[in-house]
Parts: sequence; structure tokens; C-alpha cells
Amino acid sequence: MDSVIGGPEYPLPLEDYKRYGRQMILDGFGLQGQVNLSRASVAVVGAGGLGCPALQYLGAAGVGRIGIFDHDRVEISNLQRQILHNEETVGIVNSRLVIDAVTSAISASNALTLLAGYDLILDCTDNVPTRYLLSDTAVALKTPLVSGAAQKFDGQLCVYHYGENGPCYRCIFPVPPKPSNVGSCEELGILGAVTGIIGNMQALEAIKILTGLHDGKPVMHIYNALSTPPFRTIKLRSKREGCPACGTGALEKALVRDTDYVQFCGGLRPDWEHTGLAQGEAGKRIDAKSLSALLASDPFAVEIIDVRQPTEFGIVHLPGSKNVPLKQLVEYPQNMSRKSRSSSPAGWVTTHRRQQTRCEVSTEVRV
Amino acid sequence: MAGAETSSVTIKVEFSGGLELLFSNQRSHTLTLPAAVPTDNATTVPVPSTIEATKPADITYLIHYLRDHLLQERAELFEENGTVRPGILVLINDTDWELEGEGDYVVKEGDEVVFISTLHGG
Repeated sequence: MDSVIGGPEYPLPLEDYKRYGRQMILDGFGLQGQVNLSRASVAVVGAGGLGCPALQYLGAAGVGRIGIFDHDRVEISNLQRQILHNEETVGIVNSRLVIDAVTSAISASNALTLLAGYDLILDCTDNVPTRYLLSDTAVALKTPLVSGAAQKFDGQLCVYHYGENGPCYRCIFPVPPKPSNVGSCEELGILGAVTGIIGNMQALEAIKILTGLHDGKPVMHIYNALSTPPFRTIKLRSKREGCPACGTGALEKALVRDTDYVQFCGGLRPDWEHTGLAQGEAGKRIDAKSLSALLASDPFAVEIIDVRQPTEFGIVHLPGSKNVPLKQLVEYPQNMSRKSRSSSPAGWVTTHRRQQTRCEVSTEVRV
Repeated sequence: MAGAETSSVTIKVEFSGGLELLFSNQRSHTLTLPAAVPTDNATTVPVPSTIEATKPADITYLIHYLRDHLLQERAELFEENGTVRPGILVLINDTDWELEGEGDYVVKEGDEVVFISTLHGG
């Protein structure tokens, strides 16, 4: 029976030897590496800018079972980097894969159940609470976590809870940043190729772990598209003795079940749009329609100051508006107000719809 | 103090992950710090000769110095309670500062200290 395809001597289907041959001949990879991949299961949480390229390469490399976890709807502004999505489909690069698609949101109450049974978890998410939840869950399930993140021209990649005494996310970041100090791709921007690089590297780290090619040393890879050289690798500390997730006497599964991750990370992120839409002091706010009507009646009725960054101003702005980035305006508010009052009866400050600046303007600057 | 070679220490400081925006949008800075600094981390330069309690310049002093002299934005975006705010990773010569004694690490000529803000997007 040994020489039967699928038997001990030829453990893979015949076509796999052809399909995966170019990676199987790599030193250290071999037949066993491919067998490992075909029997492995990987959970990819977040099928966005990082998840899409990671899924492509995990699928193409022949990982046997892939779980895709994402509850977000794809929007047109995602297509620039979420390359597996087009109008309505999720592209599948390897028809022989088993794919579990899960569209319910991962939470403290379901994470342990949903992610149980996977050999590896990829964190391809976009927010701080989920990153802590996934790390704690990976620790409780004794699974390595391949974590990627990207913003603007920057990317970061790290394998947590792996190797002898490897740290978890909490060991490196015991205290979460304040929600107001955290930006999103929507606010800060992101280049699709940057998420592509980090997502691809997440797939690569996963393949290295599954095939036994990973050296297990705790490091973080830091990428900046505009620097030369673009990569930097930093040596991380080992496990934190008192870490509530992975240290001595850690709570493990109970930690996941009992943590309110949003609260732990300082509550919900400020909803700048909502804050901006709130009624302010009478006479201090104007909505777009009223401003439009005012300008239609007299184009010189007001002076409009646009406090966004020059790059954003350059994309589109109101006719006749003047660009004074918020920082300058806040530094020299006196100058601005004197000028505008001398030339116009009133001045208005405009901002991007979801920027923190709106609140700051309303509290710090009186034009 | 002037003249003596041991009176100052020159290091390279780098910001990444968006922190450079707080420091004139410049990633790389070369800084010369006094070798001996006040134990209370006051960053008056040059160090007044009346100061008696001094210590070798360390990372805690560097954080205070950066906050007082190079930071262009609100201090809370960089510093909190005398150390970096949560979410900032400090590297000394490409190694997590926790392996090097954190704020107590005494800076040496030619050291490279990197401050990285963690990213969360995807």
C-alpha cells in the first residue's frame, strides 16, 4: 500500500507534486512542508487590505483549510487595497481549499469558539480592541498570532506568542493607547501596495511557522515605503512575567470572557462626525446648505478658512476658500481673526467631515 | 564643562509610525546631550553650574529633552508621566528598550534611539 497515491509514501494527490513542486524543492521545505501546509488550518481575521493578499498567498501555497472572518461590508473606498473584492465576489485562487467564511463579528463572547481548531491566527484587523481580543484568544487557545498593521506609508509585522517564551501583544503593549491617539486608514490614508507588502509577509510568516522554517525569535519588522532601506527589524523582549494573558498565573480563557475590550481600550473611538454634527453655540456653526445659500446671495459675504492639510485642500475645496492648516491657525489665532474681520463681516472655518479638528476648532479658536 | 570630550554625548534619534509628524515631520535627528544632567530631568541647556545632583544622561532625560526642545505638538501625544505615552515603542540600537533597562539606560556616543508609534490600521 506504500506506493499508493495518498498512502504514506505519496501522501499528496499526484497533481500536487506538480502544482507545488517549485516550493517543495526548496531546502527545508520539502515534501513534509507541503504535507504540513495541506493539513494546516489558518484563521484570517479581517479580509481587508492585509487579509486579501495574505489569503491569496496562503491559498496559493496550498494551506488546507482557511477561515475568513470579516463582518464589514466592502465599500468602494476599500477596493484600492482590498484586492480580492470586486463588485460582488471574493476571488478564490485555489479551488481545492476548504474555506470557512464567517461573517459574524468576532467578540469576547464568541472568539474562543470561532477560532478554536485553527493552527494559526492572522490578525489583519484595523482596530485596537480587536487586536487585544485576538492576542488574548490566541494565547488561551495556545496558537501563534501573526499580526500585521499598516497606515499611510508605514507597516508593522510581528509574530506573537510563538517560540520559547515569545511575548504576546499585551507583553509588548500592556497599556492600550487612548482612542483619541489612534488613527484609522480612513482618517490618515493608506497606500494599497503597503498593505500588500505587510499582508504578503503575514502569509510568509504563517507558511514559515507551518513548515518549520521559522526561527521563533521575537522580532518586529517595521516598514516605511519612503525610507532607504525600507525595512528595519527590531529585537523584542520575551514574555512578561506578570502578563495577565500569558504570564505566571494568567487567567487564560477567563480573561477573554471577562474583558470588555472596548472599555479596556478607553471606550469607543470619538465619533468626530457625530460630534461635528452636534448643535454648537448659536451663530458658531453653519451647515453646508445655509453656507451655499449665503454665498449664492453674496460671494463675498464671508471669508472661508479651510484648516485641513494642504494635500487634502489640493484634492478639493470650496471656491474662494483659503487654506490655513489648523496648527497654524491655533498658533496664531489673533492674526487670522483680525485679518478676516477687516475684510469680511464674518468668517467660517471648514474641515474634513471626520476630523478631530472640528472639535478643536470649536473649542480653541474663535474666528 | 565646555571643551572636555566627556562633557557631551551625541546620539541619533529617529521617529516612525507617524511620530515624525510631531517632530517637524523629520524622521531622523542628531542630538548632542550633556553627559551629566540634573536628576530631576530639567532640560535647561547648558546645565546650570549651580546644579549639584546630577546623573549620566539616560533615556528618561532624552524623553524630557525631546518634549521640551523638539516636540512641535501637544506634549500628551508623546509623553505621559515622565515616560512615553502608551502605544509608543522605544528601541535602543534596534533592541526593545525593556531589554536595556528602559528609562535608566545611559546613552552612549553613537547610540541610535528609535521611537515608534504602533499602527492599528489594515
